Amino acid sequence: MANQSKRHAVVDTMLCVACGACMEVCPRGAITVWKGSYSVVDDALCIGCGLCAKECPASVIRVEDRP
Amino acid sequence: MKKSHWYNYLWIWSVVYFAMGFFHILFAWLGLISFFLPLIFAVGVGSKGFCNRYCDRGQLLRALGGQKGFSRRKDVPDWMKSKAFRYGFLAFFMAMFANMLCMTYQVYTGAAELRETVTLFWSIPVPWSFAYAGGAEPWAAQFAFGFYSMMLTSAILGILTMLAYKPRSWCVYCPMGTMTQMICRMKAGAKKESNP
Ligand code: SF4
Ligand code: SF4
Ligand code: SF4
Repeated sequence: MANQSKRHAVVDTMLCVACGACMEVCPRGAITVWKGSYSVVDDALCIGCGLCAKECPASVIRVEDRP
Repeated sequence: MKKSHWYNYLWIWSVVYFAMGFFHILFAWLGLISFFLPLIFAVGVGSKGFCNRYCDRGQLLRALGGQKGFSRRKDVPDWMKSKAFRYGFLAFFMAMFANMLCMTYQVYTGAAELRETVTLFWSIPVPWSFAYAGGAEPWAAQFAFGFYSMMLTSAILGILTMLAYKPRSWCVYCPMGTMTQMICRMKAGAKKESNP
């Protein structure tokens, strides 16, 4: 990847309710709800903008520094 | 702001549904659509496609809380997203649903009389005879009153938590959402691991 963002979104899959609210707001289309179970962020697409974290009704997304 | 999709307007169905129940309670039967569709998505394809896109309730809360900005946008309390509460609320809802079917059956057998009321929060009866002039099988009307009560109660709960917390906070403890996620997780055999 060329310019990767410093930060990225991380989902607590245990507490995710799979509602898809995050997917709806992601400007990069980086989120999918995996088999109706929990959301998964495509790390290569995520720019760490945090819109998903703001929207998530369960507040289970954190924007963290990439490892 | 991302561009809108057609399904973002599905909230209109919520409004139409509740409005129709004011004029004729038998329209409440149409609520079964929002009952079976999510289950078909979950059982059929193991997807939360209904919640993710096509749920009128979800879209309504998103429109009111998100776009119109009525939501305080605060985090829900931890207990609300706990498994115990979510499964507990699902169990409670199922029990109340069974109770409603039971009442419908009693009216069917003639053991009970049709009650033309909408019951809010499973306890507050609201006279609703203005929306029913008779004509249908009493049990069919009883089911309609019961189903409408359930839909209206859950909509009010959803709007209250939309105002207090995030727009779609109802989706955290929505029984349909919890049940379909449970089905999907079972189908996917999802391991209880966290994000890699
Ligand atoms: S942080 Fe931004 S880009 Fe990354 S998944 Fe969330 S909404 Fe999408
Ligand atoms: S918004 Fe939150 S709870 Fe809903 S699918 Fe995304 S991460 Fe899960
Ligand atoms: S959780 Fe309930 S209200 Fe939310 S989108 Fe799913 S079915 Fe609709």
